[in-house]
Amino acid sequence: MIKKGSFVRIEKTILKASERTAKIPEDTKSTDFKMWTKGVLLENCEMNELAKIKTMANREDEGILVEVNPFYELNYGEFLPEMVEIDLGLKNER
Amino acid sequence: MKDSMSNYDKVMSRRQEILDKALGIDFDAYELEGIAFDYEKMMEECAYPLEEAIKVQTENGVGNTPLVELKNITSLARKYAPKGKGARIFVKDESCNVSGSFKERRASMSAYHAKKKGYKGLIAATSGNFGAAVAAQATKQGLNCIVVQECYDSKQVGQPEIIEKARKCEALGAEVIQTTVGPELFFESLSVLDETGYFNASLYTPFSIAGVETLGYEIARECQERFNKYPEAVICTNAGGGNLTGTARGLKKTGAKETRIIGASVNLNGLHMASDHDFNRKSFTTGHTGFGIPFATYPDRSDVLRSAARPLRYVDEYYLVEQGEVFYITEMLAQLEGYERGPAGNTSLAVAFKLAQTMNEDEIIVVNEMEYTGAGKHINPQLSFARKNGIEIKFGNPKKESINGKNIILPRSPKDIDIDAVDLNHLRNSYIKTMLNTYSRKASELSIVEKEYLVNELNIDMDKVEELLKNFE
Repeated sequence: MIKKGSFVRIEKTILKASERTAKIPEDTKSTDFKMWTKGVLLENCEMNELAKIKTMANREDEGILVEVNPFYELNYGEFLPEMVEIDLGLKNER
Repeated sequence: MKDSMSNYDKVMSRRQEILDKALGIDFDAYELEGIAFDYEKMMEECAYPLEEAIKVQTENGVGNTPLVELKNITSLARKYAPKGKGARIFVKDESCNVSGSFKERRASMSAYHAKKKGYKGLIAATSGNFGAAVAAQATKQGLNCIVVQECYDSKQVGQPEIIEKARKCEALGAEVIQTTVGPELFFESLSVLDETGYFNASLYTPFSIAGVETLGYEIARECQERFNKYPEAVICTNAGGGNLTGTARGLKKTGAKETRIIGASVNLNGLHMASDHDFNRKSFTTGHTGFGIPFATYPDRSDVLRSAARPLRYVDEYYLVEQGEVFYITEMLAQLEGYERGPAGNTSLAVAFKLAQTMNEDEIIVVNEMEYTGAGKHINPQLSFARKNGIEIKFGNPKKESINGKNIILPRSPKDIDIDAVDLNHLRNSYIKTMLNTYSRKASELSIVEKEYLVNELNIDMDKVEELLKNFE
């Protein structure tokens, strides 16, 4: 069980693929239109169950609880040999 | 209203009412006849004057950014230029604004206005630097903030640059609502505007665009003070048109009426902006033709009835570069000048590098902004992400070999950076076509007021307007 007061992420399907009427390419039209937001859990809840949260903009929202203590794993990518080649080339230009 | 009406239809049917309440501008007051409206009157009555914008921005950590000469890059451009050619290249380091980009000039004025009008918060629909700018200014000026961003494809793979923006917005106190690909993001944004009663911090309001005028003002004033002249050219990365419009207006208001106004975009031709498949096959989330061309030819496609960002009014020349060229110049900026910035804002630097080679050595070309960088956003994670998505990355001739969505071609040498000029008359024709369709007007029936509107709107004389209109008769 995830306790009330935890910081969580919720997911909602706003439009099912069949409900999408906007002028969009077929590949997009065949997918659900979804959204995610984060906030403090207002009531105890199980993972993948409907959860109620209060967001950082002081707004209440509901959605499926998909993550607890969400965090970022951004990085600077992997080694790219091309960048070394560019850097060495530019040093020779000076 | 029928019960069977979906929540989507209910909200969309109230679109205008929600937007009016969230902005408080009576656009009807500026309509003239048919396609025409009074742009200058709208700017004068709705936006804050330059002096007030300078004051508000100074109080909120925005503006007065360094204008720096890129001496090493200028030397390199001269190496590949004919004798006597190679203009001095300067850049405004807009990463010195609180949240790290020029977008804060827009956000600061939106927050100021919202606070004055009693709104409790701001909502911005953006995947770019504008979100961070609105978050920072909302926090500074004591308002709540919600940023709605298109972030993931249907497999929930996020563009690393956009995820970095989400992180930054949250770090600055905002709620971030992330969505999958699609224009229905607008629905989500309308829903939260309706629910919260917050202010619509649109990129395209008069407040927002007039906020960028200070950028043109600072460039003109500083060049006059330091070099006793205005710059010969100022170059702006162009997406929605606000950067170019605001900067050009600021330059002209300060007296730099002869300065060439140049637009620059990354060529993303061939990629569909609303395609789930294409979404993560582009390495630029802004500054590209996917926004630059449609917003130039139909500015009012935005979330306000009449956009204040109207680049065709000001642009003298417009050039495109390839993704690989912007990555290369971004690395050059770090390796030769010590600035780790961008990449999107460096689109205009790539163009400036080539254009400088056609200008005299005593001339000045100013790149009007560069932006912060970071994990996810930096060129290394962007190129890594592209490679993981099956995009081929190799050296070659970017102009000849680039196929968007398939490869990124890096130049081997600075001499391989080249630019493509956009035919402005082609854009003007496209603008006229869209306006005639939108307002159900025929070219042969346009009134003198509408034609005079086109003179200003398209930055051409009446003879040229008449000539272009002949294409539609």
